Amino acid sequence: MIDLVKRPQPSRAWAWATPLLAVLLTLIAGGAMFAALGTDPVAAIRTIFYDPLFNPQFASYSRPQLLVKAGPLILIATGLALGFRAGVWNIGAEGQYIIGAICGAAAGLALYPSESRFLVFPLMILAGLAGGILWAMIPAILRTRFNTNEILVSLLLVYVAESILASMAVGTLRNPEGGGFPGSRNLGQWGASQNLELLPGTGLHWGLVAALIAVIMAYVILHRHMTGVHIRLAGQAPRAARFAGVDPKRLVLFCFAVSGGLAGLAGIFEVAGPAGQISIDFNVGYGFTAIIVAFLGRLHPVGIVLAGLLMALTYIGGELASFMLNIPIAAIQAFQGMLLFFLLAVDVLTNYRIRIGREARA
Amino acid sequence: MTPLLKIDGLTKTYPGVVANDDVSLSIAPGEVHALLGENGAGKSTLVKTIFGLNQPDKGRMEMDGTPYAPSSPEDARVAGVGMVFQHFSLFEALDVAENVALGMSDPPPMRDLSQRIETVSRDYGLPLKPGQIVGDLSAGERQRVEIVRCLLGNPRLLIMDEPTSVLTPQEVDLLFKTLRQLRDEGTSILYISHKLEEIRALCDTATILRGGKVVATCTPSEESAGRMAELMVGRRLDVPARAGTVRPETLLQIDRLSVPAASEFGTALKEVSLTLKAGEVLGIGGVAGNGQDELVATLAGETRSPADTIFLERRDISRLGPEQRRVRGLLTAPEERLGHAAAPDLSLTENGLLSAATSQGLARRGFVDWRAARRFAESVIERFDVRTPGPGTVARALSGGNLQKFVIGREIAQDPLVLVVNQPTWGVDAAAAATIRQALLDLAGEGSGVIVISQDLDELMQISDRFAALTEGRLSPFRPAAGLTVEEIGLMLGGAHDMEPAHAH
Repeated sequence: MIDLVKRPQPSRAWAWATPLLAVLLTLIAGGAMFAALGTDPVAAIRTIFYDPLFNPQFASYSRPQLLVKAGPLILIATGLALGFRAGVWNIGAEGQYIIGAICGAAAGLALYPSESRFLVFPLMILAGLAGGILWAMIPAILRTRFNTNEILVSLLLVYVAESILASMAVGTLRNPEGGGFPGSRNLGQWGASQNLELLPGTGLHWGLVAALIAVIMAYVILHRHMTGVHIRLAGQAPRAARFAGVDPKRLVLFCFAVSGGLAGLAGIFEVAGPAGQISIDFNVGYGFTAIIVAFLGRLHPVGIVLAGLLMALTYIGGELASFMLNIPIAAIQAFQGMLLFFLLAVDVLTNYRIRIGREARA
Repeated sequence: MTPLLKIDGLTKTYPGVVANDDVSLSIAPGEVHALLGENGAGKSTLVKTIFGLNQPDKGRMEMDGTPYAPSSPEDARVAGVGMVFQHFSLFEALDVAENVALGMSDPPPMRDLSQRIETVSRDYGLPLKPGQIVGDLSAGERQRVEIVRCLLGNPRLLIMDEPTSVLTPQEVDLLFKTLRQLRDEGTSILYISHKLEEIRALCDTATILRGGKVVATCTPSEESAGRMAELMVGRRLDVPARAGTVRPETLLQIDRLSVPAASEFGTALKEVSLTLKAGEVLGIGGVAGNGQDELVATLAGETRSPADTIFLERRDISRLGPEQRRVRGLLTAPEERLGHAAAPDLSLTENGLLSAATSQGLARRGFVDWRAARRFAESVIERFDVRTPGPGTVARALSGGNLQKFVIGREIAQDPLVLVVNQPTWGVDAAAAATIRQALLDLAGEGSGVIVISQDLDELMQISDRFAALTEGRLSPFRPAAGLTVEEIGLMLGGAHDMEPAHAH
């Protein structure tokens, strides 16, 4: 008989060991899945985790991609983590990311063909931030006013945002000189708007700089400021939070504003840089993957940086594996899903220990 | 005569503590046996072992001379052991019979069960209707549900954990009648309490535990309460002493405060008025669930009341939030320690910040000074003798009594102008309770105003200057505590303020 016994104090050692254990279990289960699909599991895992970084044939392309992909993941996950700690469940970062990108791009394109980089690029960033915040305010205000479920509302708004994106790409924001093809002007090729690679060959762009600033600020807020104490309080003991003087409604608005704003920023940096334009399939799921990143990183800013890099690696490695070894892309996604599944499963060890044997029933 | 239950050399260790150390005792058939001890003395561990909730590391138990080693409460019930817990496990939305059925492994049809409940409740003087919704019942009635649930199993040993802590004096009398009747029929009772007078009135034998060990076995009726308290605590206990007098200036005034109930099972406050002077201790009695939580939440600022209902030093604070009230000197300590006064998974340092961040300068412009926060938590731990490895420990790792000392101490340490405490010594051992009461009196002695809301009438009589009862959200007029008789208090609690009793119990 296996029995779970609550620990008197959460285990610090397990809190850090569970992500590693989850990665290990994912490698084993994922390897088994790849083997069942008829691929050599060792080759598959090496292609996903090793080749993008160290194989001379791919590394020069893959390494910069690592930062390009990790940037938005870290930026979004950092914002989400604040909310998740407070028990505010913003599941719709993908939508806020899209709307941020649209607002930022629209603000920039309104000034086309201005040459003033000091006007256009900052304005786009502000517009992206504002767009993300505004889109996040919909579930936030519905929750604080009418007590709706923010998980549902924020998630469903992703699909609304996707429809708006499609309409923008084929309508309002379509490139007038694009020969009727859907998609906006290329912001990445317009000097005033482009989100440049700051150090050639590294993939480092302004989005990653913003991500690092966000990580540092989140760390300060969570661990050095009363707001962090209040966030943790609200997540764990809402009554104690009210006793401490936390206004639950303001906290919901704050968490949604931060997570929505950061998702919006991720959107604008993406559309002005790696993606280049507003197109129908502009969003690739960063907003959802960031949820996994936030939990994989233990909702801790530093953990999120590491988790973001790991998730980015599985994206790049996964693409490489599907290209090189013909592994279906769905299998790669299942592999990423396993990571969250195992993390949540072994997470129980932080607060409980396993007792095997007698003394089972309670 | 073979004892009903014989415990021999029971030892149970938890990481870091020996909860029971070589405990031996025996309970005869038809004996009311008291288990007496401070919080953390090992009473709960021992009782849980008897009830099959945990297994001893060493030692053995015998029932009627045959080995008894229950591995679950179900085993214990089969062997004839029933237990009424201090915290009830009842579903408020279900009726009495349904609640009883849920506790049975093989419940009979509802109609038979209702009949049996009625029979048992009539036979044992436990007035109860099977069809009543538990949410509508008083604490005393809920306890009866638990007792009836046990009695339906025809137990030979009934364990009662602090049964009177939620009862009015009249309900206590009723309970004792029932317990005596059970004893006369041959049921043994293991009675856990820290109220020494009760034990002297009811129990045949007492086993006193201290630090996990049996320190004495005595006949309570032949010992003085003071002597038993000394055995229990291991040193002399002082009755709290008052210093200073009530001064004329009004600190806190509540003027016809009415607040609607927040939920279906909440209580509305109705036209509550009171005046608290400097140096005064006001005692508010009443069974929990009569508006105590609501009154404290309204004073704390968690619930806002209409303007011009609450005045601190003549300034209207009705519309201010908790932090703004703290800044002005009005501090509160809610009843529920875990989840309200403290967050379970935060450290004591962080829990110290919960209410003291601003007043103690532990945060500047919102930035936490962790060293100062740690020092503040340490100072509370030291001053109120909180037993814990250190301020880094999470709140839920502390025993109830120790956490209570911490959360009350946290407020007292901030030198409030007015302090409102709800059930300050609930579930706290005698020595710690004395410390807390003395600290409250010292606070009043320094000129602060203190409002103590409590179900423990002895406590209220001991420390308050004036006393009132809170019943169904209404506050009776205050009367000087000195000279109030138990009967008068009982009537006040019954809601018949200064009126003749309409019907006798």
